[in-house]
Amino acid sequence: MPHNDTFSIIGHALPTIEAHAKVTGEVRYADDLTLPRMLYGKLLRSVYPHARILHLDTSRAEKLPGVFAVITGKDLPIKYGIMPSSQDEEALCIERVRFVGDPVAAVAAIDEETANRALALIEVEYAPLAPVMSIRDALDERLPQLHDYADHHNIHKFVSLEFGDIEAGFQAAEYIREDTFFYEGNTHLPLEQHAALAQFSSDGKLTLWSSTQAPHYVHRALEKTLQIPRARIRVIAAPVGGGFGGKADPLAHEIAACKLAMLTGRPVKITLTREEVFYTHRGRHPVLMWIKSGVKRDGQITALHFKTILDGGAYGSYGIATTYYSGALQTVTYKIPAYKFEGMRVFTNKPPCGPKRGHGTPQPRFGFEVHLDKIAHDLGLDPAEMRRRYVVEDGTQTVNHLTITSCGLRECIDRVVEASGWKNWQAVGKRQEVENLSRGTQHAARRRGLGLACSSYLSGAGLPIYWNDLPHSGVIVKVDRGGGVAVFCGSTDIGQGSNSLLAYLVAEELGLRPADIQVFTADTDLTPVDLGSYSSRVTVMTGNACLQATRQIKQKILQAAAEKLLVPAESLSMRKGIVICEDDEQRQLSFVQAVNLAEAKFGTLSSTGSYTPPKRAGPFKGSGVGPSPSYSYTACVAAVVVDTETGEVKVEKLWLAHDGGRALNPQLVIGQAEGGAYMGVGEALMEESAFRRGMLKIPSLLDYKSPTTLDTPAIQTILVETLDPEGPYGAKEAGQGPLLPVPPAIANAVFDAIGVRIDQVPITPELVLRALEEKAKGNAPRVGPKDFPNVKYPNPIKVEPPTNAPRLGV
Amino acid sequence: MKQVLHLRINGQPYEVYVPVHKTLLEVLREDLNLTGTKHGCELGECGACTVLVDGTPRLACLALPIELQGHEITTIEGLAAGNTLHTLQTTFAELGAAQCGYCTPGMLLSAKALLDHHPHPTRDEIKHALVGNLCRCTGYAKIYEAVERAALRQADKETWFQVDE
Repeated sequence: MPHNDTFSIIGHALPTIEAHAKVTGEVRYADDLTLPRMLYGKLLRSVYPHARILHLDTSRAEKLPGVFAVITGKDLPIKYGIMPSSQDEEALCIERVRFVGDPVAAVAAIDEETANRALALIEVEYAPLAPVMSIRDALDERLPQLHDYADHHNIHKFVSLEFGDIEAGFQAAEYIREDTFFYEGNTHLPLEQHAALAQFSSDGKLTLWSSTQAPHYVHRALEKTLQIPRARIRVIAAPVGGGFGGKADPLAHEIAACKLAMLTGRPVKITLTREEVFYTHRGRHPVLMWIKSGVKRDGQITALHFKTILDGGAYGSYGIATTYYSGALQTVTYKIPAYKFEGMRVFTNKPPCGPKRGHGTPQPRFGFEVHLDKIAHDLGLDPAEMRRRYVVEDGTQTVNHLTITSCGLRECIDRVVEASGWKNWQAVGKRQEVENLSRGTQHAARRRGLGLACSSYLSGAGLPIYWNDLPHSGVIVKVDRGGGVAVFCGSTDIGQGSNSLLAYLVAEELGLRPADIQVFTADTDLTPVDLGSYSSRVTVMTGNACLQATRQIKQKILQAAAEKLLVPAESLSMRKGIVICEDDEQRQLSFVQAVNLAEAKFGTLSSTGSYTPPKRAGPFKGSGVGPSPSYSYTACVAAVVVDTETGEVKVEKLWLAHDGGRALNPQLVIGQAEGGAYMGVGEALMEESAFRRGMLKIPSLLDYKSPTTLDTPAIQTILVETLDPEGPYGAKEAGQGPLLPVPPAIANAVFDAIGVRIDQVPITPELVLRALEEKAKGNAPRVGPKDFPNVKYPNPIKVEPPTNAPRLGV
Repeated sequence: MKQVLHLRINGQPYEVYVPVHKTLLEVLREDLNLTGTKHGCELGECGACTVLVDGTPRLACLALPIELQGHEITTIEGLAAGNTLHTLQTTFAELGAAQCGYCTPGMLLSAKALLDHHPHPTRDEIKHALVGNLCRCTGYAKIYEAVERAALRQADKETWFQVDE
């Protein structure tokens, strides 16, 4: 591995390769594409949260001039779903609708207006069923069951796992605390509304352009639902205008657009309205949590017992994985010698939840980090010091069999503590600042507080979504005799810069500039499979596959150049467009000369690279969720000002230190960290999927509050670059981890400011005022869930921890 | 009811025959193939479709072309002069202010209107000028930095170090 100062591309703050196209409006997102003879498709959606479809009559719509096709569930009878075990979705519902917004029919018409008129002519007769609208509803067996498959009634999935001796852990504790928390659901809100354009050519080949994060999974779902071999289907991910997990499932409008194109023989485009984007969802699961931990007086954890209930909405989506994720990563930050996790996901009549940035881990991380803050407060410990003392160590495993290859969390904590003036604040700051900010109006005041929290996230899921032994990422590199280099990969750029990653890596290895590299991605006809942009997997997995392919072709070029220059290939390096002998700089060739020699010697120059993560899953059922090549770490300090008169919480500043391994492009890594932290602020303070009488209350950008420029705090990002042995040049992830510590850091800062605990998000002014009222009445100064339902989880699978996991009393 | 409208967009005259209830956003994207202007809600909530009308930011999804005859409309396609990018475009590209890029056209036009009227904005003035443009990727920080760098560069006409790709 070259030294840092010898990199010409890696570690430099370069623009992305699409930067110019993005600032000029040249980028063609899916809805910017049109084809000759294109028709406009629209979906008719259920107006009931839960109902049987008694009768569906499309005849009037079919007769409307300008309508070319109308389809219903009968035209697409095969169920699908992202997880093999949750094949529970119908592109168009056949017998039953399960949420307001569930699609029941689709039309293709000459223009959007005609399509909308046609929808109005479709007659649907529903028999409403009692809706299941909350976790408590879902546990009520008197209410109807949504699906005929489930672990029990409306309980989609149970998980129950126990690692190490949990009883001994609690017995060894000197202090035990229990808490309950609730994390409300929220949505991704990408600025781009989903769009899909399908074309079925006369030779029987289907092409779909879609705003998707995972074209490979769409490819598989189209094969299944349309009954066409994948070899005759081409899925192209158009540039994605924001994903955050909301475009990672195969979706109804994609399948419907394809079917309509097949029936009409004309291209069909379906672009969702903003309201439909809210119904498509796959957003953050609402999660109810119960946490009990035992600690020593210095804060060392002796046992942790964690229970979660996830409100999954109407369908499976990624939810089984989400359920496991709500328990998997509690162990990768601090040493935990005994851990019991009981989780469940329930079905409700709401838009289906799925993977949003952080996938199943921001909710438990919120609960866990607030819980730890309470313990620190109870024991009179500095929350920063308590955490840093027991950070996991490199080269160990956790009690639940996850492998820590590198952990920079202690340094992350130290850096945010230093940057935020944390110690001075704990010692002398609090009282002074409160007085400075007081408005002096009766008892009201604006009070400042600081809060700290930490987190960790995976650099890619260690196991694939559907069981197979195939690589998770494939890359082809082709070198042209003119000196052009093309790189092909199924990976999907959703704005995070994954296309640029390929260009940076190839350019670094071959001594070229990113502009010399042509990048072709996310096209199932042209590019080898990459599983997609989810689970923060791309930098590590695509990056490693790309390095493997590039280094192979580099060897050929160097070998041919060495023969010409009469030096050993090992003495040659590639930089600034030349191949040069480091021992004798007179001996050099241009890159183009060397490439021509190599092509003459070896024939057409191309190479492939593949990446499969290390097989590290533990020896128990359910061990497939959690393993990753490496884990990123983040620490955050939030400074808030709380207005005790209005209840408003204003985040003034966030200090964020992120260990994402080596920053291949620090500007992009900081961009991911800032974007994640911003999204965390939104979840902490305002974003929520609220329902009223079975309806999503706020399916619009105006009513669904997200942070504007005036709500978003200043964010100071500090990069802590551990060099991870698994990552390309030592890189880990940055796309998701930095969101995680922000909501708990804000909640802890609110407590620091006004002495009340808001044990749920979003922390709205209403909750703050209610907590202050409780405090004034002399009640517990807290708002949050009062209790945790008395659910009988199955008996846990008991798992022996690995030998190098943290142990009790060590 | 369809009507012939005469519009002036990015300095060019256009004659379109469109239903009078069609929004400027729809006419730009569907009739003129100027797809650089984006839509995020079509209800005036997100700012993605921001264009300039006589130099002032306007939401194309709420504007009717029939009211804009005789006015100068600027879209993202009109920001660069030929192949020479506007300073804001250069700084947005350099600093990673465009991630997914979907809010970028609207954001750039709001920023241009700001700098045209206030060449030396404070950070607070930038925030207020961009408050109607939602961005879900960046956390806005890189966008502020790009606007500030563009303001400096326009003021000083400096020869800045160009990042060598």
